[in-house]
Amino acid sequence: MSTHFKKKAKTKEDIPTASLPDIIFMLLIFFMVSTVLREQTVQVRTILPQAEAISKIEQKRLVSYVWIGPMKLDGNRLGETAVQIDDALIEDVGTIRTVMYRKLVEQPRLIVSLRVDETSEMGKVLDVQQELREANTLRINYSTKRQLAN
Amino acid sequence: MGKLMQKRGRKEAEIPTSSMADIAFLLLIFFLVTTTIDVDTGIGMVLPPKLEEDVEPPPIKERNVLKILVNEQGMVLVEDEPSSVQLIRDVVKTHVLNNGQDPRYAESPGNALVSIKTSRETPYNAYVDVLDEVWMGYFEMWDSEARSLGYENYQQYVDVVVEGQDADNAIREKIKAQISIAEPDQN
Repeated sequence: MSTHFKKKAKTKEDIPTASLPDIIFMLLIFFMVSTVLREQTVQVRTILPQAEAISKIEQKRLVSYVWIGPMKLDGNRLGETAVQIDDALIEDVGTIRTVMYRKLVEQPRLIVSLRVDETSEMGKVLDVQQELREANTLRINYSTKRQLAN
Repeated sequence: MGKLMQKRGRKEAEIPTSSMADIAFLLLIFFLVTTTIDVDTGIGMVLPPKLEEDVEPPPIKERNVLKILVNEQGMVLVEDEPSSVQLIRDVVKTHVLNNGQDPRYAESPGNALVSIKTSRETPYNAYVDVLDEVWMGYFEMWDSEARSLGYENYQQYVDVVVEGQDADNAIREKIKAQISIAEPDQN
């Protein structure tokens, strides 16, 4: 090796960049495939409660969200408790069953994740749950944050 | 084709690829920004199916049900006695693992049921706190069950036996988490 030392110094020192686009494209495709495009704008405030006995939902595509919380109004004010599914506020709770039934037909393994504000009252949550039972979407999830160490 | 062009002294038609990486980078950054990586975490439940009109719900022995009531102030009543949220975990454990010893608690882990009842005005986080404690009770029972089978904890048992060997989850079969969310009284 030492005898060829001079010759070696003549070799190019560039890092070959010809395959750089390919590498980037690979990364790009990974992110494109794994992305679920940013969904809805949430019109209700949901500060999630904390819990210890929680599990993760791995398959994001199965999940459909239901938000329950006080409505966000202009100027940081909060209105009455409202229910939001996808992009729309639900005026009549009774319509949830048709909405959810349609979703269940599209995705038979649907999980409904309830993102409920911690100050909301149970009455609304129970009404929504009753509608979910009517629609036969029985797999639900109470969305909670991981409890921080006390 | 190339030769022909060379004879005419023309350059070969080429798309410049030097900016390809930049374009790909831009797209990559766009997807990086729009990707939401945060996984939804929460307490999973399965709601009971809708009851048929003319079918009576199956009879359940009173002693097999551990009744937990949460009122408007988030105060807890376990089996009609005032209690606190922190105690629920242990009560659930004694209830489920009673095996017929104490007449107030369940006959066997398979029969044990936990019923959580709230009023319509109960704040949601009080309900979640109680539900969380009940689940933690079950998690701890599963953990000790897994340890008695020679695993470090329940999660390891699930990874090795249920996911690895595709076997039935014997621990959950033995200690079923049966939690019922009762309807508030109509008044």
